[in-house]
Amino acid sequence: MSYCAAVAAVRLSSLTKVFDGVAAVDDVSLDIADHDFMILLGPSGCGKSTLLRMIAGLEDPTSGDVAIGDVRVNDIEPKQRDVAMVFQSYALYPHKTVQANIEFPLKVRGVSKTERAEQARQAAATLGLTEYLDRKPGQLSGGQRQRVALARAIVRRPAVFCMDEPLSNLDAKLRGETRAELVALHARLASTFVYVTHDQVEAMTMGTHVAVMSRGRLEQVGTPQEVYARPASVFVAQFIGTPPMNVLPVGVVIDRPVLVGIRPEHLELDPTSQVRTTVTLVEHLGHETLVHARVGETPVVVRLDAIEDAPSVGDDVGLSFPERHLHLFDPATSRRVDA
Amino acid sequence: MATSTMPRGWRLAGRYTLLIALAIVVLFPIWVMLVGAFKPGNKVLQNPLLPTHVTLDTLREAWRDGNLGRALVNSTIVALIVTVAQVVTAVLSAYAFAFLRFPGRTFVFGVFLATLLVPFEATVVVNRSTVQDLGWLNSYQGLAVPFLATAFGTFLVRQVFLTLPKDLREAARMDGLGHLGFLREVAVPLARPTLGALALFGFLSTWNQYLWPTTISTDDDWNTVQSGLRALAQAQIDKPNLVIAGTVIVALPIFVILLVFQRQLVRGLTAGAVKG
Repeated sequence: MSYCAAVAAVRLSSLTKVFDGVAAVDDVSLDIADHDFMILLGPSGCGKSTLLRMIAGLEDPTSGDVAIGDVRVNDIEPKQRDVAMVFQSYALYPHKTVQANIEFPLKVRGVSKTERAEQARQAAATLGLTEYLDRKPGQLSGGQRQRVALARAIVRRPAVFCMDEPLSNLDAKLRGETRAELVALHARLASTFVYVTHDQVEAMTMGTHVAVMSRGRLEQVGTPQEVYARPASVFVAQFIGTPPMNVLPVGVVIDRPVLVGIRPEHLELDPTSQVRTTVTLVEHLGHETLVHARVGETPVVVRLDAIEDAPSVGDDVGLSFPERHLHLFDPATSRRVDA
Repeated sequence: MATSTMPRGWRLAGRYTLLIALAIVVLFPIWVMLVGAFKPGNKVLQNPLLPTHVTLDTLREAWRDGNLGRALVNSTIVALIVTVAQVVTAVLSAYAFAFLRFPGRTFVFGVFLATLLVPFEATVVVNRSTVQDLGWLNSYQGLAVPFLATAFGTFLVRQVFLTLPKDLREAARMDGLGHLGFLREVAVPLARPTLGALALFGFLSTWNQYLWPTTISTDDDWNTVQSGLRALAQAQIDKPNLVIAGTVIVALPIFVILLVFQRQLVRGLTAGAVKG
């Protein structure tokens, strides 16, 4: 019997997973709303994939609960959770044709041959795979295989889609295109998406919400804009944004016992400023210029829009820190403190 | 690439000369066997390399005197039982060792592999007495049961299963497959070349068994092809080419099988891994 959630909200309560004495996921509580596109973002080894796998049912939590809809699913097999998963490696069945791959979840569930062929055809059409239905995965490009993996997931019409870095094996151009396709797919389907990535661009462009993780714990949950504009910790501040936020030690910028963060685009070159520094590197990227310097021992980056105003390496420049753009963090906990 | 200055034609000629020489070494005994089998007994030592006085009488005589029809049937039945059982047991045990986590898995697998170090000759006496105690002398179960599972098969199939990506197992789990479903739908189809090779080896090695059938068949009706040939040689000691003719008869099915399945055999041994 397949359990089907009417509402596909996902609720994680104090979820912990310990591998060999090390907590890969440490007391994470997270509410993912119905039809949300939640991004689990963090560096390698932060526990985001483990968290996703616990939602999918591929890992058992050491403690804590996973609920889909209003039902606790800890003890429910993956196949009965109404969750589909797209793997980083795609995990297509190499000996089956594209059609057979897409149909397979329906076949296992005992859907009749004609019906599953029809549904597979629809899923394939949605993802532009119609002309490849008779091919084997080995005869497809990376992007096409990726789409087959997606088709195999959507054909089941699952309540929750779990995706584990599904774009990381694609080249940059294809990744950009597929990002847009996934956003469109999310808009079309009535499913909740939970998407794991270490790529902040994917997080910022695709998610309705982002959960930033570090060392098995949640650092911050919010919309991409919130996470960017009001990072809750030094980690989030420096993980999101390219180049990362400058964080200066206590006492350099303002006279309070706090760490001061400021994004490179908000830092200004100001000849009258008292904070003096020497330019160590200038990178001209076309649409912007990055000026690297050091304030004391701390490296800082200034982002300028134009090439014309850029100083040269070795120039002595002043830096000004507009107060409205400052982010203040507690030096002991690295958490945000409001001004 | 060799940077030989020899012209291409000479290199080819050299290569083919070598290949032809090797082919002669391999084919010479088979030729002698065929020539001997198609000659009457009293001519077999005259021009042993030339097919003079061609006749089918020797083959007929060997078939009749060696009771080879019955031996062929016995061998076929035993070889089929052993082949099917070896593939099934290898697949199931290999799956457990490759995909299931259970306490002592490594140790048990080590014990499995260690049995490869024990030559069959070392166990034949014990096996004979066991089979005798079970009352299985002169029976198909006596001929087949000691060979229903092999550590080699388990090892071979496990190696192939280990090359299957973990994601594939998990994708199948998400799709709703349990262990047997995954085995049937994914693991076995992907291991097919290796299973084919394993089946072929199982069949050939059973067909070619000599020591075991001679040990437990005391009745000529339970001869397999090899023990049948031995019986023929002992009974017709004055007609050496009867045994030669008998050898041709029992080699023929193997010959056909190899011709049909040689592609499978080579692929199973060389490929092993699965292309993604």
